[in-house]
Amino acid sequence: MLVLKHVSYTPEGNGPTDPILADANLVLEEGRLYVITGPNGGGKSTLARLIMGIYRANSGQIILDGEDITDLSVDERARLGIGYAFQQPPRFKGLTVGRLLRLAGGSRLGESEISSLLLRVGLCPRDYVDREIDSTLSGGELKRIELASILARDLKVAVFDEPEAGIDLWSFRRLAQTFGELHEQSNATIVIISHQERILELADDIILVADGRVETPRSKDEVLAVIRDEEACRCSLPTEEGIEEHVGYFRQH
Amino acid sequence: MSDTLGSIDRRLLDEIASLHSIPQGAHNIRKNGKGISRNSTANIEITPKADKPGIDVVIRPGTVNESVHIPVILSESGLTDVVYNTFEVGERSDVLIVAGCGIHNSGLSDSRHDGVHEFIVRKGAHMRYVEKHYGEGQGRRILNPVTVVHIEENASAELELVQIRGVDSTDRETRISLAKGARIVITERLLTSGDQVAESRITIDLNGEDSTAQVISRSVAKDRSQQVFYFTLNGRNRCRGHVQCDSIVMDQSHVQSIPEVGAYHSEAQLIHEAAIGRIAGEQLLKLMSLGLTEEEAEATILEGFLA
Repeated sequence: MLVLKHVSYTPEGNGPTDPILADANLVLEEGRLYVITGPNGGGKSTLARLIMGIYRANSGQIILDGEDITDLSVDERARLGIGYAFQQPPRFKGLTVGRLLRLAGGSRLGESEISSLLLRVGLCPRDYVDREIDSTLSGGELKRIELASILARDLKVAVFDEPEAGIDLWSFRRLAQTFGELHEQSNATIVIISHQERILELADDIILVADGRVETPRSKDEVLAVIRDEEACRCSLPTEEGIEEHVGYFRQH
Repeated sequence: MSDTLGSIDRRLLDEIASLHSIPQGAHNIRKNGKGISRNSTANIEITPKADKPGIDVVIRPGTVNESVHIPVILSESGLTDVVYNTFEVGERSDVLIVAGCGIHNSGLSDSRHDGVHEFIVRKGAHMRYVEKHYGEGQGRRILNPVTVVHIEENASAELELVQIRGVDSTDRETRISLAKGARIVITERLLTSGDQVAESRITIDLNGEDSTAQVISRSVAKDRSQQVFYFTLNGRNRCRGHVQCDSIVMDQSHVQSIPEVGAYHSEAQLIHEAAIGRIAGEQLLKLMSLGLTEEEAEATILEGFLA
């Protein structure tokens, strides 16, 4: 179980600025799939990066299975079982796809496991194992490899930052299926940042993040009903500007 | 294993030529300024030069899938070894030539090897040339190789020039001339650390119609080390040339990349790309998010980059 208590984050910079995330409180249980959604710039990726330790909270606590991990580094959190699929994965000149997956999955990963990981993300193993993760790969290919690098690991908490961005429509169905299978087969806490209804449909709970505020997770049915019916949403949602903006955004896309 | 090879010699040979013993095929092993083992084969003849230190290697036309090993090891401190080697790769042959120099300098004086290698790759032949440099020990290790390659009509060559560890000072010069339909691919890998300095000059003359040249240079500079690269592409006919130069700078190191691209024909297509920068923060974070420490992540990135 991952718990965030009163977590706030303001980037270091020139003078006082509003926090990107203010007083976030969350309880993420194992075996559940959460989808975080909300308008761009609302703080979703910041929340994910705070969980991975890429950003450090200015205040508050992050607790994994009873252990306070607030002051732990990225790699220390990774070794405790937290994983994060980057929204824009970096490219590496000279590092092959196979090597990255072995780094992710450890020595237990044999050739056949690497092949099946690549197949799970829709890449032909023969064409990709020895490919370098450089600028010859398209954005979509890079995102699939990123996804495979998370699937390679045995995680307690897996966070995916807009995994659908750059993935074509046909592959998108396959992507949703992959998340469904992962949820079914593992007891990990799965957190997916997404704007896509097909991904939202997979959620046990949906978390709205807007304007630096993190809402309490609510059941998928409740949130989807609200989002699908603008009238209903106006009545039942709090009237904060951020949430309204989110609903407007969601209807447009 | 020959009695003339001690454990230091064997380690140097392993580093520069992946050799654990004296090879069976054509070879010439030079140690502390003297040839200690030489072998010619039916198709590859190696003879010492009459007028100066060095060898002539003549590969018969049509020789395929054969290799020549010509490693040099220096284990005596304070030695300056200058050697001139000439290679003729016969028409339609396809061979691998493995050169390289390993220096173990345990003394206080400089150890230095200047190897001048000239290759003539005859019509329709293909040569792969691998040159690795390695140094160890307390004393300064200096290597100044000169490599001159003439590639005749429809012949091709691949050059792999690698210097990963232990060379304090290097001034490398590589000159290539290409005839009609000739091709060259140069892969350069360089790592410097401490106070090491390295200069590399690669000059390619694309003289023949439809000749092509590709240079892929990657380097890493650590600590206070300094690197300077000069790349010159001269397009003198309808031809294509492409230089890709990537360097990672760390600590207080300096790297300069100086391109010179000259077109002397309206159908010469020449490209020079150079990128110098530190390791991207997102690369480190990605590998750390897989559980590698920052040091492990950095080593993994450098190892891949220089592979």
